[in-house]
Amino acid sequence: MTGQKAFDRAAGGAAGMKKLFPGKPRIAVGLATCGIAVGGQRVYDRLKEIIGKTGAGICLTKTGCIGYCREEPLVNIAIPGQPLVILHRVTEEDAEGIVGAVRKGTVPHEKALCRVPSWDHMTGTVITYGTGFDEIPLYAEIPFFKHQKKVILRNAGFINPEDIEEYLAVGGYAAAEQALTRMDPESIISEVEKSGLRGRGGAGFPTGTKWRITKDAPGKEKYIICNADEGDPGAYMNRNEMESDPHMLIEGMIIGAYAMGAKEGLIYIRAEYPLAIKRLRLAIDQARSCGFLGKNIFAVDEGRACGLHGKNIFGTGFDFDIRIATGAGAFVCGESTALVASIEGRTGRPHPRPPRLTDPGGGLWGIPSDLNNVETWCNIPVIIRNGSGWYAKIGAEKNTGTKVFSLVGKVDRVGLVEVPLGTTLDTIVFDIGNGGGGGKKVKAVQTGGPSGGCIPVRLFDTPVNYESLNEVGSIMGSGGIVVMDEDTDMVDIARYFINFATGESCGKCVPCREGLRHTLILLNRIMAGKGSAKDLETLALLADTIKNTSLCGLGQSAPNPVLTTLAYFREEYDALVKP
Amino acid sequence: MDEKTLEEIIARYDSPSGKVLGILGDIQRSEGYIPRETLEMLSVKIDVRISQLYSIVTFYSFFSTKPVGEHVITVCMGTACHVKGAVGILETLEKMLDLPGDASEDGKFSVTTKDNRFTVEIARCFGACSMAPVLQIDGILYGYATPASLPAILGKYGWKAS
Repeated sequence: MTGQKAFDRAAGGAAGMKKLFPGKPRIAVGLATCGIAVGGQRVYDRLKEIIGKTGAGICLTKTGCIGYCREEPLVNIAIPGQPLVILHRVTEEDAEGIVGAVRKGTVPHEKALCRVPSWDHMTGTVITYGTGFDEIPLYAEIPFFKHQKKVILRNAGFINPEDIEEYLAVGGYAAAEQALTRMDPESIISEVEKSGLRGRGGAGFPTGTKWRITKDAPGKEKYIICNADEGDPGAYMNRNEMESDPHMLIEGMIIGAYAMGAKEGLIYIRAEYPLAIKRLRLAIDQARSCGFLGKNIFAVDEGRACGLHGKNIFGTGFDFDIRIATGAGAFVCGESTALVASIEGRTGRPHPRPPRLTDPGGGLWGIPSDLNNVETWCNIPVIIRNGSGWYAKIGAEKNTGTKVFSLVGKVDRVGLVEVPLGTTLDTIVFDIGNGGGGGKKVKAVQTGGPSGGCIPVRLFDTPVNYESLNEVGSIMGSGGIVVMDEDTDMVDIARYFINFATGESCGKCVPCREGLRHTLILLNRIMAGKGSAKDLETLALLADTIKNTSLCGLGQSAPNPVLTTLAYFREEYDALVKP
Repeated sequence: MDEKTLEEIIARYDSPSGKVLGILGDIQRSEGYIPRETLEMLSVKIDVRISQLYSIVTFYSFFSTKPVGEHVITVCMGTACHVKGAVGILETLEKMLDLPGDASEDGKFSVTTKDNRFTVEIARCFGACSMAPVLQIDGILYGYATPASLPAILGKYGWKAS
């Protein structure tokens, strides 16, 4: 695309700021998948109808989700000069009252959850909304929010995810512009290394190291891939990240592509996330039209490339574009080699590593490829913008930064929770989540999905970091935390996960295919009251064998739910078996 | 699916990356399943062996080779839904729709009522865990489902107690 006009990021941001502050009240409805499902779309439609009928004067828009899922549908109101007020549990019937109040310059107090006088978007932009409404609690006083630190979800629930200008208004694409016009690949990789960022897909491999290996791999061509195949049941952080702030992911990938020398990026996303796919496609189109994706991206000088033959003559000279590849419901495709097979149009069966994806012959179409999780990419812009030193101060030693968790199951305050790494399970489940729902006693949490384990409440002083979770037999995983209460049968939970893993085993290696099937038979027998103490020994032996001899991560980690429940809830097994 | 529609779908994919699964996904969404004839036509058009296409269709749980009924009900079997009673939702649906009793949480589960009105399937996780248990009917999600709330939900799709 020679002859493209350089896009003026500052002008785009100014236009976005006018949308955030239109000079009249702005009502924004939280419309991510779960907000829509609990009635957010009906609230939006009703508001639109009322505002349309009674004339202008109010601006209506949509946002992503701030993460307090239990309180949805959520609606934000920003009246000029006053704090942003978040309303909760809003229904269509409330719409009339909301518009009526806003016309009078106020908000329906009985629906107000909290107020936000100002908000730090972390990329150089602090937005000041205003003062007033002192009787409404502050955001920072709400127990669900006050222990959180929003770095990844800094824009979620505040900006319209379908409008690139609003992302630009809060400092979006400044990091990419900085990286592409004022940094060289080496210094970018060095920043990522120094930040201490580790893979958010669960394994915790240092991101900067992976980038360096990819950059240094032989060959001129490289691919970068985003793993958006969030397959762990009980986890939906990535869905919200993509639905609420898709440009953050794209910006992270642009920076990574430049650092590693990749011309093409792929987002491998699960088919179960239609809204995330739609918003990503829209965001990619918008980024293209701004010159952030395509040929000679972030060209700085309008018209200089016009009329010249060829490409990359002026500007940054860097070409990069992103495609979306959809998955089709196979958990094993979260494994790197299976994921690549899936993009290439084959069944997702892993092969032994090496070759790794970063090796020649090992990546997509045999080309060295870098694979990172959605949330890993989302960390990049803020690291580049604020510096590795700033980032490394968040979190704990060797576990820097924040992590988003989906706190679900039998917990009172269900939602997406972002905390610095090293925060204890106690803080997450009790201070933020308020313990079990309906006054029930919490018994355990399950972290890391089918590859993780169950952690009993007595170990809730465990800090959530990669190493500590491994020590108690579980894993960080992608960030699902499913709470179990006194009514939850832990043997049933182990059975549930083994059933899942049995169904999702690709069938290539014997320990996983046959071992899991027999584990399931044993667990079914035990649950039917027909098991013996000998079966428990066999169960433990089998779990150990599968763990140590399977080909890929699926099989190697699938016994974790059995091993941890046997270790921490042995009495529940003993009660089921004959002596 | 007619040839023209298939060609339109194929034309959406200009790169080999993500092409085969993308096309199959579009066929699945459009037809509700992957018809054998469409698969044969596709094999010729994109020059991929039918055996390979068939292995893909049977490997990935999103694809189905059986036709589905008028309305597709998908029950989420994610962990949050499981601990909040997804099995009870599935069992209630089996009773309400008089489904053959082989319903389970395993593998590719898909059963259609005798009158072809409803197909019941399961999903691994919709990522809508905050409102567990969840089911989806014709693409619309229903959260906080209980066995008691099912008659009203299914009623919107023409279900009546017999």
